[in-house]
Amino acid sequence: MGSELDWPAHIYRALKDARVQQASYVPDAGHARLIELLRNDPDVHTTVLTTEEEGVALSAGAWLGGQRAVLLMQSSGVGNCVNMFSLLANCRIPFLALVTMRGEWGEMNPWQVPMGRAAPQAMEIMGIKTVRVDTAAEVADAVSAAATMVFDGDQSIAVVISQKLIGRKQWVAK
Amino acid sequence: MTQKKPGTLDRRAAVHELLRDRGDALIVTGLGSPTYDVFAAGDHPGNFYLWGAMGGAAMVGLGLALAQPQRPVIVITGDGEQLMGLGALATVVTKKPQNLTIVVLDNGHFGETGGQVSASGLGFDLHRVTVAAGFAAVELYELAQIAEYRPRLTTIGDGPRFVTLRIAPGNLPRALPAREGVYLQQRFRAHLGFAVE
Repeated sequence: MGSELDWPAHIYRALKDARVQQASYVPDAGHARLIELLRNDPDVHTTVLTTEEEGVALSAGAWLGGQRAVLLMQSSGVGNCVNMFSLLANCRIPFLALVTMRGEWGEMNPWQVPMGRAAPQAMEIMGIKTVRVDTAAEVADAVSAAATMVFDGDQSIAVVISQKLIGRKQWVAK
Repeated sequence: MTQKKPGTLDRRAAVHELLRDRGDALIVTGLGSPTYDVFAAGDHPGNFYLWGAMGGAAMVGLGLALAQPQRPVIVITGDGEQLMGLGALATVVTKKPQNLTIVVLDNGHFGETGGQVSASGLGFDLHRVTVAAGFAAVELYELAQIAEYRPRLTTIGDGPRFVTLRIAPGNLPRALPAREGVYLQQRFRAHLGFAVE
């Protein structure tokens, strides 16, 4: 973890305060603790996806049925979602995503770089506002503010969590 | 790979028969002909018609089914649409939604774009895949079979169910519901008692 603050727990609290009842994800190491917290909560439906665009459709279905949802993914998953984002735009369905970044800081896998570089713009051009977070101290507030705009203001927002905050991936044991 | 018997069901008649006693079921339709077929069977505020989002119908249905566990949820889509979201079959099965039925109108073709053959038409056996995946899965060829199956659609308890309806290829005159997504979304939520704020 890149910080001593337990920021995933703060995100979890912010999601609970926002009355989020469904969470779907393709796992990312940066989201591992948050996924664990959500999976251990009997009041949250957690759904592991085979690909991220499923989560966009799942969030839309949850909203139709009166529940609030969040999609967790890493930046590489954004590209998988692009056409499905049109569902949100056409139906003005509130949408909250938490995107952990790869390919931008201390990254030794070049295959992560192109989609990481394009992910924020890919969301913006499809009508999803992005809110970038670089420090642990600001994460919970960013998620809370985004959730308010999403669920009370009918917006689509992705909170983009920087790779510097998540910490370098350890490729070999030290 | 053995070629299956071609479907002969008239798609409009099949969907009409399927939805004859829909009760309080909520319906999500996949883009193209399934959207037209469900609309032709009778518009309803509990219908959510997709006009795009190809590959997403089953997942919209899952999110809805999890949010409304006491209501039957029926996804009605085509083979081409479901094949684009085949991974969703795995995702749906893991959640074991007892109130969800996915119905695929399978003619082995992409009807909306000129009738090109789909993987289903080339021998991919969607029904057997859904059986192997763990759905309570059936494959129906005749109207009488649909009538016999119909009561299960509005019961809760043996899901997730998957129904492959073997329909005849070919396009019927289009029956077009509203395309305005915000309207469809708000109409659907209002039907469930959620106010527009």
